[in-house]
Amino acid sequence: MEEGILHAIQGYMYPNEVELQWSILIVLYPFTTGLVAGAFILASLERVFNVAAVKPTYRLALLSALAFLLVSPLPLQLHLGHPERSIEMYLTPHTSSAMAMFGFIYLWYLMAVLVLEIWLDYRKDMVLMARSETGWKKTLYRILTLGVDNISEESLRIDDKLGRFITIVGIPSALLLHGYVGFIFGSVKANPWWSTPVMPIVFLFSAIVSGIALVLLMYMLVCFLKGIPIDMPCVDTIARYLMYAFLVDFSLEMLDLIHRIYEADESFKSLDFMVHTRLYTSQILVQIVFGTIIPIAMLAFIQLVKLSDAARKGIYALAGLLTLMGIFAMRWNVVIGGQLFSKSFLGYTTYKMAFATKEGLLPAILLMILPFVILWGLVKLLPPFDEEKAAV
Amino acid sequence: MNSDRRDFVLTAGKLLLLTAPAAAYLEAVESGKAEEPAYKTFEHYWGMIVDIEKCIGCGNCVRACKVENDVPLEPYFFRTWVERYHVEGAGEHPDVDSPDGGYNGFPEKYAAGDGAKSFFVPKLCNQCAHSPCTQVCPVGATFESPDGAVLVDKTYCLGCRYCVQACPYGCRFIDPRTNTVDKCNLCYHRITKGLTTACCESCPTGARQLVDLKDARDPVHEFLRTHKVHVLKPQMATGSKVFYNALDGSVR
Repeated sequence: MEEGILHAIQGYMYPNEVELQWSILIVLYPFTTGLVAGAFILASLERVFNVAAVKPTYRLALLSALAFLLVSPLPLQLHLGHPERSIEMYLTPHTSSAMAMFGFIYLWYLMAVLVLEIWLDYRKDMVLMARSETGWKKTLYRILTLGVDNISEESLRIDDKLGRFITIVGIPSALLLHGYVGFIFGSVKANPWWSTPVMPIVFLFSAIVSGIALVLLMYMLVCFLKGIPIDMPCVDTIARYLMYAFLVDFSLEMLDLIHRIYEADESFKSLDFMVHTRLYTSQILVQIVFGTIIPIAMLAFIQLVKLSDAARKGIYALAGLLTLMGIFAMRWNVVIGGQLFSKSFLGYTTYKMAFATKEGLLPAILLMILPFVILWGLVKLLPPFDEEKAAV
Repeated sequence: MNSDRRDFVLTAGKLLLLTAPAAAYLEAVESGKAEEPAYKTFEHYWGMIVDIEKCIGCGNCVRACKVENDVPLEPYFFRTWVERYHVEGAGEHPDVDSPDGGYNGFPEKYAAGDGAKSFFVPKLCNQCAHSPCTQVCPVGATFESPDGAVLVDKTYCLGCRYCVQACPYGCRFIDPRTNTVDKCNLCYHRITKGLTTACCESCPTGARQLVDLKDARDPVHEFLRTHKVHVLKPQMATGSKVFYNALDGSVR
């Protein structure tokens, strides 16, 4: 193993840099939190900005956000050398540490925003289900209502008002959640690949992009599985928002790139070499060409040409998948790419991913399946499409 | 005796208030009279001088450090290591190597009179006064001591590796035996007893010297007045306290 590590080196690296510090698990962390923030922002469009067309996805977006938010700290936890000490981040936080403060933003977002908003939105359903169900289900729903079973019109009006207020608080919270993840990387001055003030904004917009793509795909998938017809004006609207967000995201990333090329500071030659060699496939091909330009072109094409419902569905599905792949590649290129070159700018290493180890590919795959399992459970427990069913 | 809730709350409240001073008193009694420590952190401010002109690349410092501080022997865990620079022309593309961190010295590689300059650069934690590594630690497990040493509390470190990413000089690593971070602490167990560091102790040419910037009699003051010294990566503004004499501009 020792030989293998050293053989991966090209040029000169500081000896302690030979071992990569952050693995694929740390790639999952910005990817999953990004999906959360993006899905929530899509949901808030309906609630705050009254975009009625996306209403069918409102509840699904919230549940998806919750499923991914519950999973997002797990890869971090698995990565720690001493996971049993992680509670110290809450008990004795170091206030100048971006990582420590993220813990509080996470907790705020989970408990004060997402869980509360879902609870308020589902309270009526839960009370009704607690009344109609029997056995353990009845007990479960009663616990979930926290004993608040007043569903008079006046009470529901307060729920709605509160929910709206929480969404308004939630939007800056969601922006903060993912902008902050960008800051964790963007504030590391020792690493020129990360250190840029644009990083939080780029992370934010790529988060919105990935979240919208996720909800678009999940909505079409759930409709397909449940045999519910897809609301085409809804997916058309979501796809349009996806394109707009993607254009902003791509412009910001290109701005960063052009700025780096033009300024060409001391790190430029080293980073440029890395992008043309070790990061070429994941950065140029997967992220930029297949993960950004092609899906944007597909979405733009639909705006220009009138296509059948079936064709649009197909294109949305493909564009959504490519988008998620592209954003995942972006996270990969930030996290892994930032560790492939030496801070001496004189050498490069490679990332050799293990499979069935604590930080290998297998746990990464399991951690990416887990949110979908949780979402499946949440959809069973809190059906997001009751209104449609009633309408049909 | 009649007692209502109000009485209970008042009595309990008074007792509760008393617990803090009682605990403080008990602690003082149990710990006995605090002994005056022989070593006072605020009386020192540690740093190091590295004289490039004197380093012969023997690797004594690397070996001494690994033994003294029980550093893992693998060639990618170092508290201190030595780099060899070979610089032609303006030095934009220096050839740098550090076989096993200089642990076994340096095998001959360059012929004398090949038209280039060659020199050795010992590296270690720069004990930064504004250290980026301590700034990012989520729990404060790594911190700047009042005496200028940047230390790690291994019983508190989460092993998140954020500090390893934040160090511009590559001075930190994760000890695979403890899963916590490790780095040069200037042999803190030695310097607090009036000894010098293992690397300085073992350096045959005196290329490395531990200095106490707060000690008016320390020769460091004379050295800094009479030599043109430099720190590594000054653009990082880390307040490095490892001063290099005759540092070439090509060194990163």
